[in-house]
Amino acid sequence: MTDNAHLLKQHSFVELGARQRARALLDAGSFRELIDPFARMTSPWLPKQGVVPQADDGVVIAKGSIGGKPVVVCAIEGNFQGGSMGEVGGAKMAGALELAAEDNRKGIPTAAVLLLETGGVRLQEANLGLAAIAEIHAAIVDLRRYQPVIGVVAGSVGCFGGMSIAAGLCSYLVVTQEARLGLNGPQVIEQEAGIEEYDSRDRPFIWSITGGEQRYASGLVDAFVADDVAAVQQHVEHLLHKGKPEQERSSQYALFLQRLGQVDTTTQIDPAAVRSLYQGEQP
Amino acid sequence: MSSYSTRGLKWFNALAANAVEVTGLPTSVKAADGTMGDQPARFLAVVADPDNRFPRARNGEVGLLEGWGLAHAVDTAIELDRQSENKRALIAIIDVPSQAYGRREEALGIHQALAGAVDAYARARLAGHPVIGLLVGKAMSGAFLAHGYQANRLIALRDPGVMVHAMGKASAARVTLRSVEELEKLAASIPPMAYDIDSYAGLGLLWETLSVSQIEEPSAADIRAVQECLTAAVKDAQAGGNDLSSRLGAPNRSASSKVRELLRAQW
Repeated sequence: MTDNAHLLKQHSFVELGARQRARALLDAGSFRELIDPFARMTSPWLPKQGVVPQADDGVVIAKGSIGGKPVVVCAIEGNFQGGSMGEVGGAKMAGALELAAEDNRKGIPTAAVLLLETGGVRLQEANLGLAAIAEIHAAIVDLRRYQPVIGVVAGSVGCFGGMSIAAGLCSYLVVTQEARLGLNGPQVIEQEAGIEEYDSRDRPFIWSITGGEQRYASGLVDAFVADDVAAVQQHVEHLLHKGKPEQERSSQYALFLQRLGQVDTTTQIDPAAVRSLYQGEQP
Repeated sequence: MSSYSTRGLKWFNALAANAVEVTGLPTSVKAADGTMGDQPARFLAVVADPDNRFPRARNGEVGLLEGWGLAHAVDTAIELDRQSENKRALIAIIDVPSQAYGRREEALGIHQALAGAVDAYARARLAGHPVIGLLVGKAMSGAFLAHGYQANRLIALRDPGVMVHAMGKASAARVTLRSVEELEKLAASIPPMAYDIDSYAGLGLLWETLSVSQIEEPSAADIRAVQECLTAAVKDAQAGGNDLSSRLGAPNRSASSKVRELLRAQW
């Protein structure tokens, strides 16, 4: 197939909304949404601040199967309030993961796929967003004992704030070229540390540090895939069937502390240095 | 010159006065093994290290070394008690102004380092260690998520310097396109947006709040009162489950419970 013919056969995953993404990953006909928009479970906090709420609060929870395996998909809608996590959306994700872990304790092998397009805490619901994210973290670590929890950061919002920590807790991470993964948003770093430290308007610089390709080359994610529905679906299915990793990335403190001990912090770091440092001794 | 809080260190030194310091950790991560009554405990704190190799983490911020260092300090406690039925309590003393903001931090995956700390604390709780968070100063955003927010029980000292939030006021105002004055006005009527500890307590996330006379330089009576409260929290945690469900139930957080009810019904 020529490059052009191949491109014509691709269907962009990044351009899909949260609900379409969840549907695209699940086996045909298996998609069943929980607390769908007709339930009108909206944010109790946004209207008080003159912000129009959304019927699903920006989080879609869908049960179904992938390659025949039972899963729950939690998909964040990056187009609503920057994918920010409020009380309701956060509770939907935490609660779904809690029930998936409970399933496993009852002998039902439910796994989870998280579609992460989020700036982190929704500041209009500040402390309730933060509390929900702590509960999402707790639930991932619980569920991960039984089944893989797979995170997908496709873009274009990327995954930041407390939810980047949630990504770091996932058994496996899948990213595209459009993805960014980092704790702090570029503007906040620039504001806190200065433009010399972090130029938030220099897009090539930002992607060279936090972009999907760099994260893959540094071993901080597990798969780098094309922006193509079939490619994302196949990778997620493959990882689900692979089962739990031998050791979770977030449990490898000895390896990371040893590597950080080798960093020369008297000069600023560049992306190539991170790649060679973190690729050095893969476990 | 930037200044930093010494509350975390003072309370660590006070509570861990007779404890044995855990070695092999970054200077900014303190851990020591001691007891409270007959309960074995490991005390943990992140403190300022003005000579930190990572310059963006010199004022007590939780950065790369701190995240992975906490993971180390907590994981070794899990390993030491693997065969034991009487798991040591983990007492996280919380005075963390923020996560570290910097180029090295992002490039080297600070999100993964913080996940390392969360991972260890959550596994400790699931393994049966009572994990107690004691808020003596700021508990901000990613720093709090990494150090303390996985606790079975949270205790806060009553003081204007004790605050929990997702972002500092100036940054939060900018990101939400408001002035600081507008933000403060909203915070007064919207509890989750407030910075004070009483509004936070109203969300049901704290197990207890406690007044002390000298929060900066704890007196003998202050230390005793906090030790009693910690001991009671450990007992309560041991009697309850090892999840975070005790945080649900406050009227100001009713949607969090409602969502879980609906999910269960439709599951």
